[in-house]
Amino acid sequence: MSGPALRVVSAGLLTTVQDLGRTRHRSAGVPPGGAMDRFSAAAANLLVGNEEGAAVLEATVTGPELVAEKPLLVAVTGGDFLPRVNGAEAPLWTSFELGSGDHLQLRERRGGARCYVAVAGGLRADRWLGSAATYLLVGRGGLEGRSLRPGDLLETAAERGGAGPGATLPPELRPEYRGELAAVPGPQVNRLLPESRRRLFQQMFHVLHSSDRMGYRLGAEPPLELRSADLLSFGLAPGCIQVPPSGEPILLQADHQTAGGYPVVATVARAWLPAAAQLLPGNEVRFRRATVEASLAEWRRLRRSLESLLSA
Amino acid sequence: MSPTANRRPRGPKAVPLGDAAAYIELGRRVDTALNTRALRLAAALSARRGVREAVGAYAAVTVHFDPDVISLAGLERLAGELLRDKKGEPLRGRLHRVPVVYDGPDLAAAAEALEISADALVQLHSGPIYRAFMTGFVPGWTYLGPLPPPLQLPRRDRPRTSVPAGSVAMAGQQTGVYPLPTPGGWHLIGRTSLRMFLPESDPPLLIRPGDRVKFFPV
Repeated sequence: MSGPALRVVSAGLLTTVQDLGRTRHRSAGVPPGGAMDRFSAAAANLLVGNEEGAAVLEATVTGPELVAEKPLLVAVTGGDFLPRVNGAEAPLWTSFELGSGDHLQLRERRGGARCYVAVAGGLRADRWLGSAATYLLVGRGGLEGRSLRPGDLLETAAERGGAGPGATLPPELRPEYRGELAAVPGPQVNRLLPESRRRLFQQMFHVLHSSDRMGYRLGAEPPLELRSADLLSFGLAPGCIQVPPSGEPILLQADHQTAGGYPVVATVARAWLPAAAQLLPGNEVRFRRATVEASLAEWRRLRRSLESLLSA
Repeated sequence: MSPTANRRPRGPKAVPLGDAAAYIELGRRVDTALNTRALRLAAALSARRGVREAVGAYAAVTVHFDPDVISLAGLERLAGELLRDKKGEPLRGRLHRVPVVYDGPDLAAAAEALEISADALVQLHSGPIYRAFMTGFVPGWTYLGPLPPPLQLPRRDRPRTSVPAGSVAMAGQQTGVYPLPTPGGWHLIGRTSLRMFLPESDPPLLIRPGDRVKFFPV
């Protein structure tokens, strides 16, 4: 328990400590935050015997290089960042051991945008409003409220449990990372002109470069057209698709602004937020119209996948 | 169904925001009585089983719920029942007195656009006791209003990429204090030393929905 578990050799583009986020603080303007791809974060934890909400690392686009300062059981999930241990390929979605001095490298992304590293015992982290999630805007949670830097030392929160290496989540139980996201029509969908309403669930959008943990800006050609954008601000949720007067939608993510006054024309359902989290600027995305019932059915399927790791 | 039941007013609709949140609209105006209904409904819903959080806005409530415990239809029925219940606690907001140095970079331009003097702008802005309608945008941000009609201006054409924390600003019917350095499109008319975002407190903000705010020049 005492003493460092991991040393950061190189930090990657944006690597932060995350968990499953904070709840009950939206009324103060604090977003849920936490892992963008909650399925992968939860699965990584379960694979190493942690509670699913233990603190993990979330790496973005280019992952870190980490050195084990003591023997550790780890799992890497989410986007395929081609994990290597001392240069040799290591498995995804499967727990494995790191010996003291081993280098874990996540620097060669082959797919997705974010990958997750769980360590048995969970990472020790600053908690703010009940969560270890790093919230960069206010510099709270995780490791001093910031992203990792070379030289940082990470400790585990507890001793590792009885879990061993080789626990795995079979491919058919993993989420599909595709650019097609199921979305439920939203309260202001009728603010779109009829022709734009049809296009919302047909046309390709592309993820623009000004996209981050708060939200993705989506390019649309032609842009969507609103009858009127005039609206009183109200509370939002991750997955909400807002349409500002420019007609280029904004897909809200984990660190989203908690309230806004742009029409919400649809909301990506929870089961597809992991796939949304794996989109990169430049990727194409399409929205498929879905009912609440169908969305819940898919959500329950993902929950059963996670629960299969508990009984393993 | 009895005629009495038929005459009973129907409750508002709960419109899905995905599969675990819903939007309940009570009206479309900036109005203190309407806002009080929204904030009271949010407080009542928050205490119910299956509701993770209910966030009151100007004239709507956004409910985050566990669909394994309560359905969208169940939530809609519950909101209707809670709205028909006229009893319950009145909303007792706190009164905040906020000192303001009225020297913002947009003070002169805003006064000119409104065709009043800067002194008159300050007097008008620091006159009323404002209502805190809702929080959101970023941690600690509270929407205050309504502004006196002679002060109402559209947002700036070009939003600033960074507005200093503590900036006192106005746009349309609204006024407020930027709690953090963030981008912003409102007119900056002054600044306060009072901190709006209180990261060590729970809730981490000074001004809560339902509170009242009086600005005074220093």
